[in-house]
Amino acid sequence: MDKLINDFSVGLFFWQSLLFIALILLLKKFAWGPILSAVEDREEGIKDALEAAEKAKEEMQNLTADNERILAEARIERDALLKEAREIKEEIVNDAKKLASTEADKILLLAKEKINNEKMKAITELKNQVAEMSIDIAEKILKSELSDKNKQNELVAKALKINELN
Amino acid sequence: MHRFLKRDSRYNKMKVNTIIFTLVISVFFNLNIFADEHLSNSEKDIKTEIKETISHHLQDSHDFVLTHGLSFPLPVILYTDGNLDIFSSANFHHGTTPYEVDGRVYSLDHGHIIEASGLHPIDFSITKNVTFIFIVFLMMMFMFIRMAKSYKKNSLPTGMGRLLEPIVLYIRDDIAIPNIGEKHYKKYMSYLLTVFFFIWIINLFGLTPLGVNVTNNIAVTLSLALITYVLTTVTANKSYWGHIFWMPGVPTPMKLLLAPIELFGTIIKPFSLMIRLYANITAGHIVLMSILGLIFIFKGWIGSSLSFGLAFALSLLELLVAALQAYIFTMLSALYFGSAVEEHDDH
Repeated sequence: MDKLINDFSVGLFFWQSLLFIALILLLKKFAWGPILSAVEDREEGIKDALEAAEKAKEEMQNLTADNERILAEARIERDALLKEAREIKEEIVNDAKKLASTEADKILLLAKEKINNEKMKAITELKNQVAEMSIDIAEKILKSELSDKNKQNELVAKALKINELN
Repeated sequence: MHRFLKRDSRYNKMKVNTIIFTLVISVFFNLNIFADEHLSNSEKDIKTEIKETISHHLQDSHDFVLTHGLSFPLPVILYTDGNLDIFSSANFHHGTTPYEVDGRVYSLDHGHIIEASGLHPIDFSITKNVTFIFIVFLMMMFMFIRMAKSYKKNSLPTGMGRLLEPIVLYIRDDIAIPNIGEKHYKKYMSYLLTVFFFIWIINLFGLTPLGVNVTNNIAVTLSLALITYVLTTVTANKSYWGHIFWMPGVPTPMKLLLAPIELFGTIIKPFSLMIRLYANITAGHIVLMSILGLIFIFKGWIGSSLSFGLAFALSLLELLVAALQAYIFTMLSALYFGSAVEEHDDH
């Protein structure tokens, strides 16, 4: 201990303290400050870049998921549309068929009616003509019959006989 | 990637080879220190001589001796009785002659400067250690300012920064943040980084054959520990002082008893920092030098090569200790800072 105190050099202590403190201050300003901030900036940069990459990856995943979802939705929609179209088509065809058959029925009915009418008309006409012809014939017969007095009497008698019977 | 790794491993292998080579050279040249002395005083007892060499080696000196006959004088700055005397240490002729300035006669006695008439000069000389502190100062300025500049061009470090950045990040992520906390660590970073690299580099210098030992001077470690202490004390929050003077959660008589103990503890902490660094480096040097000294005691080739091998192994260990002590000093400083800014949610 005595030797330690004896050997203690004030000069060395002075120079060491002076140079060392100067070294700390100079290096702080010109070396440690810039070095540490550069390193920190770099680390920050790396961290940011990693985060950005992670984010991009996530976004990409989201995007892919979205795409798939949209695709699936589109497929479903397409299927629905196709189904609907098929249904509509069938409906239209069915409707058309139904419409066509009712129309045909109507036309047929009309035609039948018309035919019936024509038939009736023809029958009536025929009846009339037959009646006319009958009257004509009857007239002619009557004329020939009534030309003879006997025959007239006979006829009257006959007619009377019929009435009597009734 | 594979090719890069392969190149890297080859590079690492090369680096390891370089380190081993440097160490062998270093151990070999450390013998110089003995050889010089050995030649000059061959009549002395060899054991005393080794002891003297070691204690001389551990001391600071006013000139920088590279090897025998090749030395550089350093400026001597003395503050004596209100006078500032500045002259070259060459005037002492390695301590053999006194030197007179304005009637004050200075001479060198076992590395200390004494004044003939009994005045007590305060020695502010640029000694060998101060020179190396200055060299490390310049080295660190150069290294780290260059590193800082390399970030301006590129967000990745280039050149030396590639080696230094992992260490800087290690100090931030594994020393500062876990011990001080995310919130407060930033204001201590400059000190922690500076102290780590300073101790490490200057310890490594101690392992070179240049024969410098800066961190085995109590003045240097005291200066470092004092800065830790001042920083802790100045930045400490209310809760830190509360836990020292009025420990919460204990009965009042205990509070009175604990206050002086806790207060003493705040001084013990940096004191242990100071002693730890000083003692570790000093012990390392003494052991290494002693094993090298064995070479001169054994003289035979078996003992000599054995102690050479041992010294080599120990140099490897000292290489680890150099970094380890820097790490421990930084780590404990961070721990003390952490306790100073810790926010206790009440017990």
